[in-house]
Amino acid sequence: MSDIADKVKKIVVEHLGVEEAKVTPEASFIDDLGADSLDTVELVMAFEEAFSVEIPEDSAEKIATVKDAIDYIEKQKQSA
Amino acid sequence: MSNENAVLPLEGELMQGKRGLIMGMANNHSIAWGIARACALQGAELAFAYQGEALEKRVRPLAASLGSDYLIECDVSDDKDIENTFKNIEEKWGKLDFVVHAIGWADKQYLRGRYIDTPREAFLTALDISCFSFTAVAKEASKLMKDGGSLLTLTYLGAERVMPHYNVMGIAKAALESSVQYMAADLGVDNIRVNAISAGPIKTLAASGIGDFRYILKWNQLNSPLQRNVTIDEVGGAGVYFLSDLSRGVTGEIHHVDCGYHMVGMKNPTAPDIALASED
Repeated sequence: MSDIADKVKKIVVEHLGVEEAKVTPEASFIDDLGADSLDTVELVMAFEEAFSVEIPEDSAEKIATVKDAIDYIEKQKQSA
Repeated sequence: MSNENAVLPLEGELMQGKRGLIMGMANNHSIAWGIARACALQGAELAFAYQGEALEKRVRPLAASLGSDYLIECDVSDDKDIENTFKNIEEKWGKLDFVVHAIGWADKQYLRGRYIDTPREAFLTALDISCFSFTAVAKEASKLMKDGGSLLTLTYLGAERVMPHYNVMGIAKAALESSVQYMAADLGVDNIRVNAISAGPIKTLAASGIGDFRYILKWNQLNSPLQRNVTIDEVGGAGVYFLSDLSRGVTGEIHHVDCGYHMVGMKNPTAPDIALASED
């Protein structure tokens, strides 16, 4: 697993207070990890801060799973 | 940049013996949290009003970290709820010294594009939640301020000047600022002061609904006299001033805590082209 993936996972575990084992790449923040709509906004804010990336709202709306977040951040980091 | 949070929030006794209600805290990025923490560190005893379960689960642990378990559910669009909130406080505390109103709302669909396209319903809701709620709260709260008191709300420069995307919230904040003055006049006779802090842009949950908010932050950072953005602890410091006896002689004031940006007329000559400054 990449450093980015590890860090994303850690942020999700901390923010949502879920067990690490549950935070699989396919896990949906809302359906599988119990996030509410405010959590999803807060998670995006936490990712932006942790990775110094910008996630505009229309992209943020498409980030539904752990993998979505990792892919988006990895792509941003590559193009930077 | 230098000095940010070097000393804030400060511990002390400026608000010892004062009891206040914090309305509109969402999480630890909230401006209301910055003010609440600053007041608690100065000895204030706090109650928190929240709306709905999602916010309760965020407010409860933050309140607990300041030694408070006094939470009241309040939907400020409902007069009955507001009445009950202050009835609850009257029963528990008997009186009240201050209120922080950190509440605003507009359908984010209209916080981009042109203001002129705002439909009536969206306009009325924005004005109701972002402006009238402070009037309704002030009316009930003032009845409990038997030894005088301080009412504080939060506003933004978009009330005074045009900011892209701020749109109907700018109109709502302009109304809110005007209401601060009218209520200051109404309540002065009871030694109740009414003021507003006009904070610079801060990345909060609420701000995430404003279009291109990062651009606004970057612009302020580059062009404000202090060449940075404000922190919630700095707004908290101003909050302590308004809510404590330090500002006994101050009412009807709109006070800018924005690193000086409100008086700037043009881009800082040393600020780079913003397109080139989008990194960092």
